[in-house]
Amino acid sequence: MVTIEVDGQEITAVSGQMLIEATDAAGINVPRFCYHKHLTVVANCRMCLVEVEKAPKPLPACATPVSEGMKVFTRSPMAREAQKGTMEFLLINHPLDCPICDQGGECELQDVAMGYGSDVSRFSERKRVVRDEDIGTLIATDMTRCIHCTRCVRFGGEIAGLRELGATGRGEHMRIGVYIENSVVSELSGNVIDLCPVGALTAKPSRYQARAWEMAEYEGIAPHDGLGSNIHIHVRRNQIIRVVPRENEALNQTWISDRDRFGYQGLYSEDRLQQPMLRENGSLKVVDWQQALQATARLLKETLPQRIGALVSPSATLEEQFLTAQLIRGLGCQNIDHRLRQVDFRGDAADPRLPWLGQGVTDLAGNRATLLVGSWLRKDQPMLNHRVRQSVSEGGLVMAINPVAYAFNYDLEVDVVCAPSSMINELAGVAAALGADTLGITVVPDQAHQAIADALSAATQGTVLLGTVAIMHPDFSILRALAAGIAAKAGVSWGVVGSGSNDTGAWMVGAVPHRIAGGGTAEPGGMHFGAMLAEPRDLYFTVGFDPEMDTADPAATTAALGAAQLIGLGSYLTPWLEQHADILLPIGAFAETAGTLVNLEGTAQVFQGVTAPPGEARPGWKVLRVLGNLVDLPGFDQVDAAQVRDQALAACAGLAPDNTLGTSSDCAPLTAPGDWERIGGVPMYAVDGQVRRAKALQETPDAWGAVARLNTQAAAALGLEPNSAVRVTQGTGSAEFALRIDDRVPDGCVWLPIAVPGTQALGPGFGPITVNKV
Amino acid sequence: MVNEVCFRTLHCDRPWRLETYQSEGGYEALKMILAEKTPQEDIIEMVKQSGLRGRGGAGFPTGLKWGFINRTAPGEKYVVVNSDEGEPGTFKDRDILRYNPHALIEGILICGYAIGAATGYNYIRGEFWEPYERFEEAVTEAREAGLLGDNILDSGFGFQIHTHLGSGAYICGEETALLESLEGKKGQPRFKPPFPAMFGLYGRPTVINNTETLASVPDIVRRGADWFREIGVPNSGGPKLFSVSGNVVRPGNYEVPMGIPFAELLEMAGGMREGKRCKAVIPGGSSVPVLPGEIMMDVTMDYESIEKVGSMLGSGAVIVMDDSNCMVKVLERIAYFYYEESCGQCTPCREGTGWMYRVIHRIENGTGRQEDLDLLDDVAKKIMGRTICALGDAAAMPVASFIQHFRDEFQYHIDHKKCMV
Repeated sequence: MVTIEVDGQEITAVSGQMLIEATDAAGINVPRFCYHKHLTVVANCRMCLVEVEKAPKPLPACATPVSEGMKVFTRSPMAREAQKGTMEFLLINHPLDCPICDQGGECELQDVAMGYGSDVSRFSERKRVVRDEDIGTLIATDMTRCIHCTRCVRFGGEIAGLRELGATGRGEHMRIGVYIENSVVSELSGNVIDLCPVGALTAKPSRYQARAWEMAEYEGIAPHDGLGSNIHIHVRRNQIIRVVPRENEALNQTWISDRDRFGYQGLYSEDRLQQPMLRENGSLKVVDWQQALQATARLLKETLPQRIGALVSPSATLEEQFLTAQLIRGLGCQNIDHRLRQVDFRGDAADPRLPWLGQGVTDLAGNRATLLVGSWLRKDQPMLNHRVRQSVSEGGLVMAINPVAYAFNYDLEVDVVCAPSSMINELAGVAAALGADTLGITVVPDQAHQAIADALSAATQGTVLLGTVAIMHPDFSILRALAAGIAAKAGVSWGVVGSGSNDTGAWMVGAVPHRIAGGGTAEPGGMHFGAMLAEPRDLYFTVGFDPEMDTADPAATTAALGAAQLIGLGSYLTPWLEQHADILLPIGAFAETAGTLVNLEGTAQVFQGVTAPPGEARPGWKVLRVLGNLVDLPGFDQVDAAQVRDQALAACAGLAPDNTLGTSSDCAPLTAPGDWERIGGVPMYAVDGQVRRAKALQETPDAWGAVARLNTQAAAALGLEPNSAVRVTQGTGSAEFALRIDDRVPDGCVWLPIAVPGTQALGPGFGPITVNKV
Repeated sequence: MVNEVCFRTLHCDRPWRLETYQSEGGYEALKMILAEKTPQEDIIEMVKQSGLRGRGGAGFPTGLKWGFINRTAPGEKYVVVNSDEGEPGTFKDRDILRYNPHALIEGILICGYAIGAATGYNYIRGEFWEPYERFEEAVTEAREAGLLGDNILDSGFGFQIHTHLGSGAYICGEETALLESLEGKKGQPRFKPPFPAMFGLYGRPTVINNTETLASVPDIVRRGADWFREIGVPNSGGPKLFSVSGNVVRPGNYEVPMGIPFAELLEMAGGMREGKRCKAVIPGGSSVPVLPGEIMMDVTMDYESIEKVGSMLGSGAVIVMDDSNCMVKVLERIAYFYYEESCGQCTPCREGTGWMYRVIHRIENGTGRQEDLDLLDDVAKKIMGRTICALGDAAAMPVASFIQHFRDEFQYHIDHKKCMV
């Protein structure tokens, strides 16, 4: 620590720290544009020039290290003169049309100009005009406003890991752009909107929608991945205008993913469920709440408890999951599950007490070795991936065993790409190389296995992460047991990274058939999701998801749910629900309800509802509480979400994240190489109903569309022309897809995710399929 | 004492050849060092004693620069030659590359030996195709003669030289922009500190010297630091190449002792063309302040003497102008150069160079206003010392000095909407 004097005030600073960090910490304002605490220092805007005793020239505070006894003057005549000089230069070519600029009112340049600018310009020449580029559906450009701070450029290289924006040209001709005209595709691209200190880069979806001062700012938690990025929700007249990051160093730092930023658009889709609906004489009719709730209670009471199946979204709030579990268990039924993307439940008996990431989020950045199994972490969990990327920049190694050569924003040390049916063998190879249990799988480790094993055992800190592909894999229980064995042998941690925003919460409150709230074993246990489909129930009670899109096996799910009575609590009305649901109860989605989400590291984050749900929709916890009353169950007398949360968390007192895995009895692999194998997975912009309806996201290249991908040889073997169509048949379902040639796909495989248009009729994400030329 | 060091081979036939250089004592310094295994610090001390200062323009003591390198640090160290000779008026390094490339190669090797480097890069200005080829030929010759490459002359010392051709940006002559460019990045100066001696090419300790500086080193080693120092004057050791251009009878490069009176240098260049009056001289390349001819006539060509009258020796580019030159037009051209060549990184330089050029352009074209002169002065003052590299200063200094010394010409343009010349 050193002591310095700033404007006569003594402050302490960490030795080697830059001056601006010390003044920021002490609350002394130094104007700046190019400096950002998470980006490298370039010292090019020259706005933070300050006077330092004994220095002949003013020095940039962002690039001047503190030293003991340093005397700094941020407001002396020399400093003010330098700051004002820079401001004059910044303004000469900047358009002074703030009233028509979307950034007006929240513009750093505007703010700083108030303090350092002059009201009359001495510049009487022509101003610079810069041509705009169309860089996609998320970011609007107005490059004439650019002040060349290069924050967006540095963000691309340093944070997003994708250098998409760059500075071309020299001097006054320098401009920020994409060079080769294409859109910006990073899954973190929206952060440049926040970084841009002026109106050069603004959010396209909310552009010109509202002025900064018209919006109220509320705190929120992003609901689309397992991290729960902290966000600010900007609302005007009961409508969300936009979402921006809220700083939380432990989770999302100052960033959020584009999915979290623009997903709110899905709230305003036309197919929002706004009225309670009841099937009468074969067709769904709008009814009032009382009618709908009474009909629901009646149906629940009339049905034999064992004949009920309850399914709750892994992204539902903790309150909704807790009350659903209480309601269903109160009725005497144990058939409840939230693992909607899982098909292999053979490991249930071995399930950990509370599965989690295995490490804190920040610990990911400190790992020396990371093995990704069945995970496109970059697209599935963009901000978690950012931490892994940080580990790579610190010299950590990342390796992967995946069914597709997924593109990462860092180099993979080992990238094993194989057909899904070979994934267990590949992972068993690593286990064998380590001398860990291969669960009876005979495999001779090859060089790649050995390299992975060596990297993991050499790592002082590391992890094995199972992603959504692994979860959807028909041999998930084996992959998981192998991963746990590998981690134990190599002395690293392991974890499962699912796609829900509240997977951990669902485990805590007993939204699984074999556990009650608090993690205790359910006696007797109930049926898991797979069993509920294999032996269809008479009545399904669903909360917060779309049976066609949010489940691992849409064909089986829709068959079972369609044939039974169906009560759906949800936010969207799909044609399928219109045809098959018996009662639909509209509930508020993201930001329309108070709630809690427990992220992958086990942190429970509480948020409040910030806008009213549309129409007659009500917060889910209220609907569930009333249902509890109507079926005469005790414990449903909460008056607000906080009480529900308190009860839920009280029921989980003493439950700590714990990945200790029991022994599985059944370790016989179910997958076998077929003629053609499907590679499922969930595209990043198809993870939930809200995201699937977010217009701007659906227009990006990451939106999947009705497309199947095959590699060149596979397409040639089928006699397929590029850009033609293919017919994919799986079980009894069949659908046509546009063909894309993609050589990241292994031979004999078709990359065709679930939750994309056209796949509703098909079966599980992984398994044998037939492919034909159309 | 003319053409004694960098141009020593110039009087010979085909001066660029290895045998020519060797016939003039070339590579003897290197051979001596390698044979005697001279301690590195002795060489650095010798360069310090010689009074050699950086010939690229800044005049930083070369020996001191070499001494900053942590020779015991593990890993690569580099020698980088700045042959990106872009300063308007300067053309001396071009002729070293063309006529005495081996002096440079030997200088690089001695520097590499002294700082413990094994790799050197010569970054040559993009337009210098012929010098580039000449230098490459010399590298090949030296390599074939065993004077370059692995285990030079069986001494155990090995060194490789790579030549890189720039792409025509003036800013890449700034040493850290040059390093960025050499690394394949956009040529933009780095913020300093850290200096290249700590964090240079690819983040490794690096000595980056001007071509003339390194080409002077072999003679310092061979003929002694005292010999070299005594050629010049105190604080300005050795001879210096002056690129004399403008309205003189024989423009060209002259290697003469530091401290030579300007009048004598002008005489060597044949005096003023058509016997006209020497109106103004830019004594060290376009970046330094201009001086009126009458002041220059009393000045000697060394760092201190020129500094005393308010300018700088710079790169030794002496631009001589007679009274047929309109100083507004000259400044307009210079301002245009910096406007075009600013890298665009720092706000004052990016925005200010264009502003200054436009105002001067306006004055030159008869639409200047009275307040423009003060405006120019003020804008120049606000660029000066406020940027990462010296290009901002280089753009500001001519403007301030032209107005200072030739205000009447600017005033005439504003008052009469035309030129007085």
